[in-house]
Amino acid sequence: MNLFHYANVFFSDNANWSGADGIPTRLWEHVQYTLMALGIAGVIGLPLGLVTGHTGRGGNALALVATAARALPSFGLLVLLTVLMGLGLTPVMVPLVALAVPPMLVTTYEAIRSVDRSLVDAARGMGMGPLRVMFQVELPVALPLILSGIRSSAVQIVSTATIAAYVSFGGLGRYIVDGLYQVDYNKVVGGAVLVAALAVVTLGVFWVAGRVLVSPGVRRQQR
Amino acid sequence: MILIDAVTKRYPDGTTAVDRLTLEIPDGSITVLVGPSGCGKTTTLRMINRMIEPTEGRITLDGADIREQPVNSLRRTMGYVIQHAGLFPHRTIVENIATVPRLLGWDRREARTRALELMERVGLDRSLAKRYPYQLSGGQQQRVGVARALAADPPVMLMDEPFSAVDPIVRKGLQDELIRIQGELGKTIVFVTHDIDEAIKIGDMVAVLREGGKLAQYAPPAELLSAPADGFVEDFLGLDRGIRRLSFFTAAGLELNTVPIVAVDSTAEQLAARTVPQTPYLLVTDTEGRPLGWADAKQRAAGSEALIPFGHSFTAGRDSLRAALDSAVLSPTGWAVAVDENGRAVGVAAQETIAAAIRTAHLEQQATGSASGVADAAPVDA
Amino acid sequence: MGGFFDIPSDLQASWWGLIGLHLEEALVPVLFGLLIALPLAQLCARFRWLYPPMLGITTVLYALPSLAFIVLLINWTGLSTTTVEIPLTIYSLVVLIPAIVDGVRSVPEETHAAATAMGFGPIRRYIQVELPIAVPAIFAGLRVATVSSISLVSVGALIGNEGGLGNLLSDALHYHRPILAWNSVLTTAVLAILIDGLLVLLRRLLTPWAVR
Repeated sequence: MNLFHYANVFFSDNANWSGADGIPTRLWEHVQYTLMALGIAGVIGLPLGLVTGHTGRGGNALALVATAARALPSFGLLVLLTVLMGLGLTPVMVPLVALAVPPMLVTTYEAIRSVDRSLVDAARGMGMGPLRVMFQVELPVALPLILSGIRSSAVQIVSTATIAAYVSFGGLGRYIVDGLYQVDYNKVVGGAVLVAALAVVTLGVFWVAGRVLVSPGVRRQQR
Repeated sequence: MILIDAVTKRYPDGTTAVDRLTLEIPDGSITVLVGPSGCGKTTTLRMINRMIEPTEGRITLDGADIREQPVNSLRRTMGYVIQHAGLFPHRTIVENIATVPRLLGWDRREARTRALELMERVGLDRSLAKRYPYQLSGGQQQRVGVARALAADPPVMLMDEPFSAVDPIVRKGLQDELIRIQGELGKTIVFVTHDIDEAIKIGDMVAVLREGGKLAQYAPPAELLSAPADGFVEDFLGLDRGIRRLSFFTAAGLELNTVPIVAVDSTAEQLAARTVPQTPYLLVTDTEGRPLGWADAKQRAAGSEALIPFGHSFTAGRDSLRAALDSAVLSPTGWAVAVDENGRAVGVAAQETIAAAIRTAHLEQQATGSASGVADAAPVDA
Repeated sequence: MGGFFDIPSDLQASWWGLIGLHLEEALVPVLFGLLIALPLAQLCARFRWLYPPMLGITTVLYALPSLAFIVLLINWTGLSTTTVEIPLTIYSLVVLIPAIVDGVRSVPEETHAAATAMGFGPIRRYIQVELPIAVPAIFAGLRVATVSSISLVSVGALIGNEGGLGNLLSDALHYHRPILAWNSVLTTAVLAILIDGLLVLLRRLLTPWAVR
């Protein structure tokens, strides 16, 4: 009995490929949770990181917010909000967003701060206003790092969105939680493999995004 | 004309970067701000395009206070070049150069054509247009920086230590190029450097600043060398200012001896006829008249073909007395070799002759109050 | 119903007991993670080609949901703290390896050359020069790893009472006592912030020369 065996059993069972509890449905649910949480976190984290990075003010406050958000236990938050609000999407989204905001916020801030000051100086000296400096110089130059922040948020969401299943939601966590209660390791392994695969696909999506969005002039500087 | 009028910059922590500085920066010339670090030269420059606002005093451009127009439109009329160029790494060379034209609303094609034109002007091959900054050498990047500043044809150029991060040979090339471009375009250039040699080489006017942002002297380079205002300026100019000052005296009036020059195929009689009492040596040239080296007249008559290297020559009528003196000092025989534009030897001059010419030049300058034979303030050679 | 600190008897622990259990389950993995990450990171810094594949592997491991990881380990390590600590150790590695590699790489070339020129051997140079200079970067990683670890332990509650303060969560659901969930979340968060503060203090003590 090994992991490959469990996975093999899970994936070769035709029943797992269709219906409300089928892989396509669960996968799509998982993707939806991920995109939603990532979107909300992006709306909060990116502008905040961009502005604080540009002005250089509020770095300490930002670090504090990030630490506090990291300190919140995702699972605990999920249970607490469910107990308080009943079953619903909000108790699922809040922990995921709280998890995703810190990496985005901190890397965006750091990325903008790490843009060579002489570039900003040259841009201002040529008559660019603050918005132009931010969007035409700082953002494109900092983009590789910013993307890496979003990427790490996305991977964490993909992995953590499994907890939604604990409060009766769908997604790939369903297999893991059900597997745990039914003592069905095929399901647990299958779910885990699917989540890991989705994470790898996510990495791939960001790799492509980097190729498309980042100027070849700065891509070289990436590690 | 840019007028810096009793400008002071004090920071909240109490340091005074610039102290009641008044400078008149004439149009169409290069004005260099030079001084040790902490003398406020960069602060002064950055106050002209309002990257820094003065605490007191005002700056006017052609009579109008620079605070009258919106800051960004002011900056778009002033080219800005900084150390390390500050090129945008995410934009190609041609996009970098087109930055200000695009900001001014030129259409893409127009800005691009202009950018390509400027690449040529600053001596960059058009094939580099699609490259990114990291693919260029430091010197090339700095040329792009200059082209980018020139792109919208601004009347004023502000240059903040633009060449100090490149190696000496590249720096000399960039300086020569700047002087050439300035000859063609006649911009009003304010140039900051900590290198006094650079200041003297490229400046029409040089403002020497001292720590605490005080003006020590504001004068054309030749005057700076001949009459430093005080001990600080004298120290800053260094020990060999006398030699450097010779750059401003032309060697055109130098008396050349044309006798001790022989072609490589000369006969013994010709050698004897060419030997002068002042030196036992003869300058041997090839059949075209280009100098090959010095030879001892007696040994050569005896059949020896040995030549003593002559160091380097100076171009008669173009180079300065400094070049002539250097040629004489380097030559093992103590004689300088003068050549024409085609490199053919036109005469030789002994150290003593050059020394006499220097004395005459000094006397003439004292009489007229300006450097002899030099109409403008630029060095004869540099 | 009971107040904030009334812990149901089925947890067989006091509030302080839960905190102790929680800290043990969270910090032991970070410590192990650090011990494993130091040599691995040093290898990655020395042999540059090793770093990208190492990052790839750790990232994929990181993507494995902690829940699944823990459930699968029950097979081997049973319902024990070890089952929770193994995944946490691996998550720590993921954060610590890049942090240490960055830290060691941040040692200026001149410093490295100067140390070698003065006759430091590789091991002495590592311990006396490179490691101290890398300390701020390592601590940055250590802080993230520790805080994440503290917040992740709660998941252990799913496999029985192995989640430290997280154990309060299942009781909050069972007995419908939101106050227990509040207790769990707040105590965990405060614990994480306190430990984070301690790490900051420790770093300042270790690197008095660092620019604040």
